[in-house]
Amino acid sequence: MLRQTEPTCRGDAIALSLAPIGIRNHGDTQSSPARSTSLWPSRAPPSNVAPMLRFILGRLVSLGLSLIAASLVIFVVIEVVPGDPAAFMLGLNANEETVQALREDLGLTGSKVSRYITWITGLVQGDFGTSYTYRVPVSELILQRLWVSLPLAGFALILSTLIAFPIGLIAASKRGTAADYSIMGGTQLGIAVPNFWFAMLLVLVFAVNLRWFNAGGFPGWEAPGAALKSLLLPAVALALPQAAILARVMRSALIETMGQDYIRTARAKGLTRRQVTLRHALRNALIPVLTIIGLQFSFLLAGAIIIENVFFLPGLGRLIFQGITQRDLVVVESVTMLLVFAVILVTFLVDIAYALADPRLRRRS
Amino acid sequence: MIGIDRLSLDIYGMEILKGVTFEMRAGEVFGLVGESGSGKSMTALSLMQLLPQGARTSGAARLDGRDLLTLSERDMCGLRGNDIGMIFQEPMTALNPVRSIGDQVAETLRIHGAAGRREALDLAREKLDRVGLSQIDLDRFPHELSGGQRQRVCIATAIALRPRLLIADEPTTALDVTTQAQILTLLRDLVDDEDMALLLITHDLAVVADMADHIGVMQRGVLVEHGATDVVLREQRHPYTRSLFEASRHQPTRRSAPHGQALLEVRQATREYPGPRKGVRRGPPVKAVNQVSLTLHEGESLGLVGESGCGKSTLTRAILGLDPIQGGGIRAFGNAVSPTMPHAMRAGIQVVFQDPYGSFNPRWKVEHLVAEPFHLISDKPQASERREQVGRALEEVGLSASDMEKYPHEFSGGQRQRIAIARALITNPRILVLDEAVSALDVSIRAQILDLLADLQTRLDLSYLFISHDLTVVRAITDRVLVMKSGEIVEEGATETVFDSPGHPYTQALLAAAPRLPAFSRKES
Repeated sequence: MLRQTEPTCRGDAIALSLAPIGIRNHGDTQSSPARSTSLWPSRAPPSNVAPMLRFILGRLVSLGLSLIAASLVIFVVIEVVPGDPAAFMLGLNANEETVQALREDLGLTGSKVSRYITWITGLVQGDFGTSYTYRVPVSELILQRLWVSLPLAGFALILSTLIAFPIGLIAASKRGTAADYSIMGGTQLGIAVPNFWFAMLLVLVFAVNLRWFNAGGFPGWEAPGAALKSLLLPAVALALPQAAILARVMRSALIETMGQDYIRTARAKGLTRRQVTLRHALRNALIPVLTIIGLQFSFLLAGAIIIENVFFLPGLGRLIFQGITQRDLVVVESVTMLLVFAVILVTFLVDIAYALADPRLRRRS
Repeated sequence: MIGIDRLSLDIYGMEILKGVTFEMRAGEVFGLVGESGSGKSMTALSLMQLLPQGARTSGAARLDGRDLLTLSERDMCGLRGNDIGMIFQEPMTALNPVRSIGDQVAETLRIHGAAGRREALDLAREKLDRVGLSQIDLDRFPHELSGGQRQRVCIATAIALRPRLLIADEPTTALDVTTQAQILTLLRDLVDDEDMALLLITHDLAVVADMADHIGVMQRGVLVEHGATDVVLREQRHPYTRSLFEASRHQPTRRSAPHGQALLEVRQATREYPGPRKGVRRGPPVKAVNQVSLTLHEGESLGLVGESGCGKSTLTRAILGLDPIQGGGIRAFGNAVSPTMPHAMRAGIQVVFQDPYGSFNPRWKVEHLVAEPFHLISDKPQASERREQVGRALEEVGLSASDMEKYPHEFSGGQRQRIAIARALITNPRILVLDEAVSALDVSIRAQILDLLADLQTRLDLSYLFISHDLTVVRAITDRVLVMKSGEIVEEGATETVFDSPGHPYTQALLAAAPRLPAFSRKES
């Protein structure tokens, strides 16, 4: 049933018909229209856009499913917490009427299913409920904080990537030299030093002594220049340890890639060492680097809490921290959901970046 | 045109090449033969100046009067890919997986400033057509191509700028025989058409005998003999050349013959995989093994030949009881073989795999490795007796009992394959499945292992199922042979009969594609 009379190309006809069935040769199907009767399914004509779109679509479906699963988990966790959330939020000495009022307020009456649906439809419409402590809609709170946290995380990520890529590249291409050793030593230090200590050091040097920057606070985006300036020191403090990790990952991924056969092939074509590194090794080394970048962004978004405290920045990390200490479960719940969404979204983007970097990932879905 | 004069090489003080001297002319194929570690590849890499760190060369390698060994890295970059092209052994990994093939062929042209972007892609199309890939689009990625096709892409890349010299380092070793024959024909055509010189590096004497105008034989960094192909093959002046010849056509003395009843019976076995996805549903299942029947008798050696993807390995896994079958039946020693069969049955069928490097846990001592199958035996021997049995198994395969204290990395490839055999023998099996067990070995080592296998078969009354793509080896050691293609047995019969008068067109094609040593060099036989 595998017999083909029409050679696909001069020569390899026999080899092709023997290739592992459906595994290795799925790409060959397009090479000859005469093979429509063959065992392999016929596919659309080759194009590098269609598989990419198909891949993105597949990932979007899984993104939606993950979100539903996450929202269910968060809802159930809040539900199964022993005791009454309203009573818990109000503390031990609250009187019964206040608790009942809050329960109404929080929508804790009614069946669980209908409450879940109400919560989800609210989330979708941007209605996150009302904060108990602040007495303002949570969406408003989050939006304000997001305008600080998101730029800060993005800023830090860009900085860390900008620092890590060249450093990792240099260390990898000068492997075993003094430059490599000092870079590796430096990154070791960068990982070891706690970022809040480094942040305080930055404040001490650049704010207190040199007076180039404010020691903390955030002026708001009405003055973009001042806002960016106030985010610079925290971003540097956040970025440096991340850059150190990223540079090490970059270096080891590059070194591994440089040992591959296709690097030797490229050298045999006449590419210089530098050209080989930039044109062939870099893109192949990107997969582990992208993974780390994705993880780091998720961390930077909510994990900047200590840095936010050092610099008195009104960010998401501080919001959730205050929410927890003040037992404002509405805020905690919403911010958690938002962070989950952010993490899933970043994972989705990283997946797409994988597929852009490596065509072998596009055909699956 | 290309003259290599007393080329010596050491890497961190270790001598690799010693005074290698030979010449190549345009339009000629120079075949460089030798076993692994003889310095063939290092000779080529010296010409390319792509040697590993710590390498120091002396002597001269002149291409049109310019000494490659004294050129700067900058000049070499201009020369590589332009005047000298090179292709490598492993086509599966030789291409960058994230860039399209057209892009990779065009890169050779662009890097040397021979063409602009568009023009380079047009030329790449032309070169891919030339190497027989006219039906493959430029924007395909390497993983969408078969091994033979990838090697063609590598060749297109290497010849894009019509180099004076093409170096091919074991270009067909990883390929099936029919693909190998096509690639070799392509290389020969290119040499004739483009008037370039080809340095063909291989461990396979038969390949150079077919292809080369001149042959050089290397042993431990020394070019022990070189000259016109027919002269070298006929006269075999150097003892090493002679021993290489004898080893590659080695015929172990077999005293065992099939007797008694069938030990292993496979009847109409069918192994299916789920079909490829078509949207939500799946396509029809793929039959990797389709209604295969075979019988292995006591003391018999049964060969199973076929090219990669024909279903040999799938069948092997079913016979070893590792995978279930979807139709038919497999019986060994009168009982059904299946993934749930009792340990005692597994002890009766043991296997030796191809890769002597990958099939051992590097952190285990040999004693531990060889004793591992003991878990299949119901009454496990005590520690002292265990050591004794391991020692005996090691001695059985020509190692010494004291070797059990060592780790696998302390052994050579051939020795490791002996350890693998010892591990298979430890449970006193009656059937040994040899899955490409000698394919990764040099010819001289291969000859020794084949002798060992023939000897063990007689002494221990073993039956062999010998799976290989190497027709010479199968011919040397089997009584009967099965030829497999696309999951089916297309021909079966006594080994001599099948090889001398193949009935099925596929068997004929296989035999025709296999490179052969010419008859005149069969001097002393």
